[in-house]
Amino acid sequence: MRQTTPGHDFLRGIWRENPVLIHMLGLCPALAVTNTVENSLAMGVATFFVLCGSSLLVSLCRKFIPNAVRISTFILIIATFVTIADMSLEAIVPTVHKALGAFIALIVVNCMILGRQEAFASKRPVGRAMLDAVGTGFGFIIALFMMGAVREVLGNGTFLGYSVFGESYEPWVVMVLPPGGFLTLGFLLLAIHWLQRRRAQRRDAETEGELVARERAA
Amino acid sequence: MGNLIWILLSAMVVNNFTLALFLGLCPFMGVSARVATALRMGLANIFVLLITSLCAWFLNTYVLAHAPYLRTICFIVVIASLVQIVEMTIKKVSPVLFRELGIFLPLITTNCAILGLAIFQTNRGYGFLEGIFFALGAGLGLTLALVLMASIRESSETADVPAIAKGMALVLIIAGSLSLAFMGFAGLLSSS
Amino acid sequence: MTTAPPPPPAPPETPAWRLISTLAVAGTLSGLLLVFVFQATAPAIAAYKAKMLRLAVHEVLGGPERYDTLYLVDGEFTPDLPDGAIAKDFKRVFLGYGEDGRPVGFAIEAAAPGFQDTVKLIFGFDAAKKQILGMKVLESKETPGLGDKIELDREWIDQFKGARTPLVARKPGTDTAEGEGGIDTITGATISSKAVIRIINGALKDLGPAVETYAAGEAKR
Repeated sequence: MRQTTPGHDFLRGIWRENPVLIHMLGLCPALAVTNTVENSLAMGVATFFVLCGSSLLVSLCRKFIPNAVRISTFILIIATFVTIADMSLEAIVPTVHKALGAFIALIVVNCMILGRQEAFASKRPVGRAMLDAVGTGFGFIIALFMMGAVREVLGNGTFLGYSVFGESYEPWVVMVLPPGGFLTLGFLLLAIHWLQRRRAQRRDAETEGELVARERAA
Repeated sequence: MGNLIWILLSAMVVNNFTLALFLGLCPFMGVSARVATALRMGLANIFVLLITSLCAWFLNTYVLAHAPYLRTICFIVVIASLVQIVEMTIKKVSPVLFRELGIFLPLITTNCAILGLAIFQTNRGYGFLEGIFFALGAGLGLTLALVLMASIRESSETADVPAIAKGMALVLIIAGSLSLAFMGFAGLLSSS
Repeated sequence: MTTAPPPPPAPPETPAWRLISTLAVAGTLSGLLLVFVFQATAPAIAAYKAKMLRLAVHEVLGGPERYDTLYLVDGEFTPDLPDGAIAKDFKRVFLGYGEDGRPVGFAIEAAAPGFQDTVKLIFGFDAAKKQILGMKVLESKETPGLGDKIELDREWIDQFKGARTPLVARKPGTDTAEGEGGIDTITGATISSKAVIRIINGALKDLGPAVETYAAGEAKR
């Protein structure tokens, strides 16, 4: 196993290996419930809870789970946490629960969660597994928040229910409808790719500059 | 009967599982670069969806009436087993098909569309026939979306795409346009 | 001459009983945990659902003092269910009573396809005068900004108060004949508004006779 530092385990899930924006996992909730910031945050927190809870349990029990049935056991653990999250949301914030609807239960097939159990939590001690889970969870929340912010501000003229542009703003209704979800994520990816290219070009330019300088000195 | 047709057409075009309800996106984004593969993936999904609908109806009617909170667990366990069985059957019946579908089959388990169908069917209280028509509509809609996306991607392979848009960004923008087009189906079935 | 190193010993096969027992233990623990959480959350969930229903019935009946639930058993409405029957298998309406103990009207739930998806609503009905007392959309996925006016536009919703049944959709600005319950459609959301009218008319066609029979029986008492 490649040795990674605890800091690395935590930070990589947040941006560099962001589950939604880089690995394209968990797209179904990322597109479906990000029509308002409130729903995005609620879904992000619910997924965060399921991810951390499952990672904790899987890591604790990793020595007792035989290899042949590991996927089934992971799914069982994840499904349990999802059901708990579902019932708790319905009891505590029923309006949010109604807005998220069936997508709370669909957290169980979020490839991101099963992926983290398989790749990491089942092979690492509890501390590292938790750092990884928390980092990835934060990354998920951040990605969903970005989607939700763009869609609600443009599509409804509000942010968390508070009017941003005032009365005269004609909202782009399409942004809170399904096409808006696809387009928002598409343009977000465009922006990220553009940033990545710029960084790569700058790095190439620096390396070239160093080579030229070395040749001149020689 | 009119109600059943409404359920089928609604699931197929008006509230297309992929383009309106955001279910089944993993195969939609990943698989869809060849029309032939997309068609096969779609058909595999229709088959699994139909069986899932039957199982969901059975579970709802006879098992889960007394413990509704066990629904998610029961569904996902049944779906995982179902996909295993389908995989083994295809392997025996048609090794060629098995080789072509390859990695896609186990991925059907984490396909939100399958679990999503079971959940929607339960929430809307569909009976046996309604569930079948729902699954058929959903599967046909999924296949339609997959094939449309695959054919557009095939054509765009020779197009001059800016470097930053290559890959997922372009797929998502194409998907957005498809979704926008499908919105035109809304109101298709309203009498009056 | 080098000889190949002996192949590593094959990992021991996990015995079947371990596989099964792992799944069984996991399943049992999971089940127990869920039962516990269910018991803890069920009261809050049930209380919320009852409160929402109460508010909806109050709104469409104009604030009755109390209301009874009536179930449709064998084509007739009755407040009592047959022994051992589950409530949710039967269609139901609510009969509201005013402060003087006299019936105010029936609150009837109905659902049918709208523009985008199913629209679910509840409306108040005065069986004697054959008038709508109020209407409230409970669930809808109509287009935000256009179709969702059926939920949000108070002026449009207030049209239903006192409207005679059967309802008739009319273009804003036109007049309906005397005695007809005309409801203006919403510009830009014709199908959604017509759907609401269609749902109410459909529900009255379906349950109206049984409701009126019960009301007549009540009046005699």
